[in-house]
Amino acid sequence: MEETTLNNDIHVKLTERFGEKVTAVSEPYGLLTFVTYKDVIINVLSHLKNELKFNFLTDITAVHYPGKDHGIAVVYHLHNMVEKVRIRIKVFISEQNPTIPTATGVWKGANWMERETYDLFGVKFEGHPDLRRILNMDDLGVHPMLKQYPLEDPNRVDKKDEFFGR
Amino acid sequence: MNHNHPVFTDNDPQSELVTLNLGPTHPATHGVFQNVLQLDGERIVSGVSTIGYIHRAFEKIAEHRPFYQITPLTDRLNYCSSPINNMGWHMTVEKLLNIQIPKRVDYLRVIIMELSRIADHIICNTIIGQDTGATTTFLYLFQFREHIYEIFEEVCGARLTTNIGRIGGFERDFNDIAFAKIDKFLKEFPKALKEFENLLTRNRIFIDRTAGVAEVTQETALEYSWTGPLLRATGVDYDVRVSDPYSSYQDFDFEVPVGTSGDIYDRYLVRNEEMWQSVRIIEQAIVKLKTEPKGIFHADVPEFYLPPKQEVYNNMEALIYHFKIVMGEIDAPKAEVYHAVEGGNGELGFYLINDGGRTPYRLHFRRPSFINYQMFAPMSEGMLLSDAIINMSSMNIIAGELDA
Repeated sequence: MEETTLNNDIHVKLTERFGEKVTAVSEPYGLLTFVTYKDVIINVLSHLKNELKFNFLTDITAVHYPGKDHGIAVVYHLHNMVEKVRIRIKVFISEQNPTIPTATGVWKGANWMERETYDLFGVKFEGHPDLRRILNMDDLGVHPMLKQYPLEDPNRVDKKDEFFGR
Repeated sequence: MNHNHPVFTDNDPQSELVTLNLGPTHPATHGVFQNVLQLDGERIVSGVSTIGYIHRAFEKIAEHRPFYQITPLTDRLNYCSSPINNMGWHMTVEKLLNIQIPKRVDYLRVIIMELSRIADHIICNTIIGQDTGATTTFLYLFQFREHIYEIFEEVCGARLTTNIGRIGGFERDFNDIAFAKIDKFLKEFPKALKEFENLLTRNRIFIDRTAGVAEVTQETALEYSWTGPLLRATGVDYDVRVSDPYSSYQDFDFEVPVGTSGDIYDRYLVRNEEMWQSVRIIEQAIVKLKTEPKGIFHADVPEFYLPPKQEVYNNMEALIYHFKIVMGEIDAPKAEVYHAVEGGNGELGFYLINDGGRTPYRLHFRRPSFINYQMFAPMSEGMLLSDAIINMSSMNIIAGELDA
């Protein structure tokens, strides 16, 4: 109950500051989640860090929803250690031109998280000081976590999903 | 960092820098890491970390596995404390499905998780001793890791990659031998840990090698998203077990040790004290178990908990559930959930997006080793090479968790 009012407060403060740019607010399992846009994401993050005490960047990752207009969601998890609140921020960007400003200016720790997201999803973080692949080899050529790349060799005939009732 | 060890910039005719390839397989790095270092004599001028040597694409594989088959993948993240990963994953799924876990299961889990935390910290702290030249400490304490593995073996049949427990609880109850082994461990380990501390904590050579080396301020640690003993050594009292209790940690009385300067010595002290606290938690859990009804080792969730094999052969419902679970025909809610546990090295998070299919739509591991390690190269600048080696040991970077 307490957490919900706290989440409400944060929501109200964010709407005051960013208005229409904070959309699709929900609270799955008590974790305040909202969607914002890439032109304000850095402002949102630094506002959360400096004004609302979300001083800790827990994680940056991405999710691929193929076939949608803005098919890649970049997901930020922040943590307010003082009031023990977590928050999740999503930015949907287009698959054809997956660019988003870097958060390395807000947290230095964003560096490798963004490199990992670039490596696996091809999200280009504009202004990142060292945007190279981190887990895969440099000449891999694809961003393997995108849904169009199958896990196994698609030419195999013994592992078709239909044989397993999938 | 730099201010402790100023780089000598006199007009030495031999001022050429040496490039040293530390790793990928180097006996001093305890894992598959590569660091290309520029050395000025014995001092590191700059370094570049290369990781990914054992990247196994677990996040991709997890998108093609039903929930219960993802547990063995989590084993291989931080393989020094696999049960914490396993149970973190189980609790993530339980959170997604809103499963209520009986208190007895929570306490059993706490016992196993704290034992793995001790095993994890034993590795880290004894190896700091080893890397500073004290092999004795390593030999003194390391056998207790073996005793912990024997307890795991009794509970789940495996030692290192445990695949311990199931969604909803454990696959079998702890037997008497397991409890006897835990009791034996609780009797013997404190003595050995005391001896271990006597060898190192006030040891002049050890203090000289570790105190004031690789100091990190709270601000830097938070800026780089450090968690776990590394963050606590800088003085931030952040522990997921306390700030976001899971598995009934709120029922236990324990302290979160913090350091002051974030140097290697403080990290060592924090880990040691955490082992004492873990022992305390296990002792409390054993007492609490006595008041809980016996024989309960899993929640009553037949849709997700595999029935005993005998029942599958003799009982219609059990057969149906077995089939549905194995074929992944069970409906799970379409939702996203983030769940974090305090792993051996810090906040181990699971970000699970479920679309109602038989496998997760997306599963992301927030791996503390990966996030902690990115500061290694920047903080090595200006350090002696031998200090950088013990700095790496004290960060307790586990290659499996680093590369996922």
